Amino acid sequence: MKELNIELYKTMYLIRKTEEKIQEHYHEDEMKTPMHMSMGEEAIAVGVCHALKAKDQIFGTYRSHAIYLAKTQNINDFFAEMYGKDTALLKGKGGSMHMCNPDGGFMGSSGIVASAIPVAVGAAFANKTVKNEKYVAVFFGDGAANEGVFWESLNVACLMKLPIIFVCADNGFAVHTPKSEREGYESLSDIVLKFHCHVINQETTDVEVIYNLTRDGIKLMKDTSMPLFLHFGYYRYLEHVGICEDYEAGYRSREEYLKWLERDPVRSQREKLINRGVDERNVKKIEEKIDEKIMNSIKKAQAAPFCDCDELFEGVLA
Amino acid sequence: MRSITYCDALNEAIAQEMEREPSVFIYGLGVPDHKRIFGSTNDLVERFGKERCFDTPLSEDAMTGFGLGAAINGKRPIHVHIRADFLLLAMNQLANMVSSYRYFSGGKLKVPMVIRVIIGRGWGQGHQHSKSMYSIFAHIPGLKVVLPTTPYDAKGMLISAIRDDNPVIFVEHRWLYWQVGEVPEKPYTVPIGPANITREGKDITIVSTSWMNVEALKAAEILARNGVDVEIVDVRTIAPFEEDLVVESVLKTGHCIIADNDWVECGFSAEAAARIYDKCFGRMKSPIERVGFAFTPCPTVRHLENAFYPNAITIIRAIEEKLGLEPTDLSGEEFYSHENRFKGPF
Repeated sequence: MKELNIELYKTMYLIRKTEEKIQEHYHEDEMKTPMHMSMGEEAIAVGVCHALKAKDQIFGTYRSHAIYLAKTQNINDFFAEMYGKDTALLKGKGGSMHMCNPDGGFMGSSGIVASAIPVAVGAAFANKTVKNEKYVAVFFGDGAANEGVFWESLNVACLMKLPIIFVCADNGFAVHTPKSEREGYESLSDIVLKFHCHVINQETTDVEVIYNLTRDGIKLMKDTSMPLFLHFGYYRYLEHVGICEDYEAGYRSREEYLKWLERDPVRSQREKLINRGVDERNVKKIEEKIDEKIMNSIKKAQAAPFCDCDELFEGVLA
Repeated sequence: MRSITYCDALNEAIAQEMEREPSVFIYGLGVPDHKRIFGSTNDLVERFGKERCFDTPLSEDAMTGFGLGAAINGKRPIHVHIRADFLLLAMNQLANMVSSYRYFSGGKLKVPMVIRVIIGRGWGQGHQHSKSMYSIFAHIPGLKVVLPTTPYDAKGMLISAIRDDNPVIFVEHRWLYWQVGEVPEKPYTVPIGPANITREGKDITIVSTSWMNVEALKAAEILARNGVDVEIVDVRTIAPFEEDLVVESVLKTGHCIIADNDWVECGFSAEAAARIYDKCFGRMKSPIERVGFAFTPCPTVRHLENAFYPNAITIIRAIEEKLGLEPTDLSGEEFYSHENRFKGPF
């Protein structure tokens, strides 16, 4: 258990520090891509992705920093893409909103809410037909459930009994619009429960709990050949797009944020390690190693060249 | 060589490709039902089973994304829409996902996906079961758009589309389903891209798409009796549009009419005209004339529907005006009418 918790912490720390570095460097205007930050949702990204196998596949949204790093651990490619450099897999064509790394199991992300969900369902269908025992997880926010295609996709996945995990990382807002302005029902999970799938609904910032719930859910999927719907609540620390807080805007309160901050997923996991007997000096060593890795990635990305302009026309058609 | 219908040619292409390549599957609303998409999906579910030939919920949007997801994971899906109008429900997936997925995977993923759509007038189909729409798809980089006219091209181009590693919108005019032509039994391919000269002539070029090829051919036959020699170029692919044969023909004849099976406004005929002017400027004897649908929604009642659609007579009159000829007496001529094919009511 100790080893597991260290692993979970390492990835959460990597994600948090990476985004703090983005905050530090963004003003230099070298990362010319709109940032939709993951701060606050690290436990969901890491808990779910850690319960998946390396061969499993995930799909994301424009807010995918956390799941990209949780799934691929590829910090070099991450910063190369943020800086839009030739060394990145996408050579900067995608940026923060459109990351993709198929070899690392990150199959793509969409800036249009809910649009990757049916694609993930089709990917799960392909996996099922060739019996490769790969699972697909698709991440989205609760705003996606306002889109018709979410329900279409859920329906077809349940109908066809596909090996897919729907992960609703629910921060309560669609951009700045709260649930109360968008939803004519009490609970999304209650409705999804009526479909032929398993539903797990939990509001926790404990990554270990999320990991265990996901692992148990996957076991249920194996036993019953039914999809899994995970619904986890979290709090978006920063503005919808951008690297700053926006509590002055008036649509939500700093008090609410501070309440969530008390059980911040990254800090809580660090405390857990120490409470369970991990020497704080060792934790610091782990953190320093990750800090160094991030710094190296940033330096590499900054020093790398941009691609040739001919690249514009590459990859439109096969 | 044996002759079969356009519809049977499509069916044969699918069956042979499903036989050859296990990753090919076909799906869509009504694909395995008793009507079998006007017969074009006959026998597929019996031969290949429900896993490779299946019906879907009424979810065009999700089922298009579904095809994309299957394609990037190694499958070769064929998604069928019995009307092109229904594909509009999937415009988000087409324009935001399917067309650009390869680009935004850094060229790592490929999207070998065919979307079959049926267009064209039937028997009082009205404005939501008859649209062409293809120029809209051709506007988006990353999609190929083909519209074969003959049974030979239908089979050869469908096989090409299935083997293509890119998304291909495959447009089939409903009235073409009954066209009969020579089709080899063995699988073969007709390349996506090049146009085809279906009738050689020296006086005027008709650039036509889909069903308008049939009308153009009829017009050419009638005018030939008056000594007018019409050349017809069948544009079988509008994306990528390879204009070489069209340009060659217009440089030869000096006159050009574009007969597109769609509205004229911002349609394929505008793209074709721009490309022709670009290459033929100063070397044409008259400006390009465009023939297409009336710029209205398509009405249901027959006499208005007839006024909405252009046909061989429209083309004949356009040619006569362009060449300064007296109007031909068309009394006694037999023109294509759907009444001869399908007697309503349903």
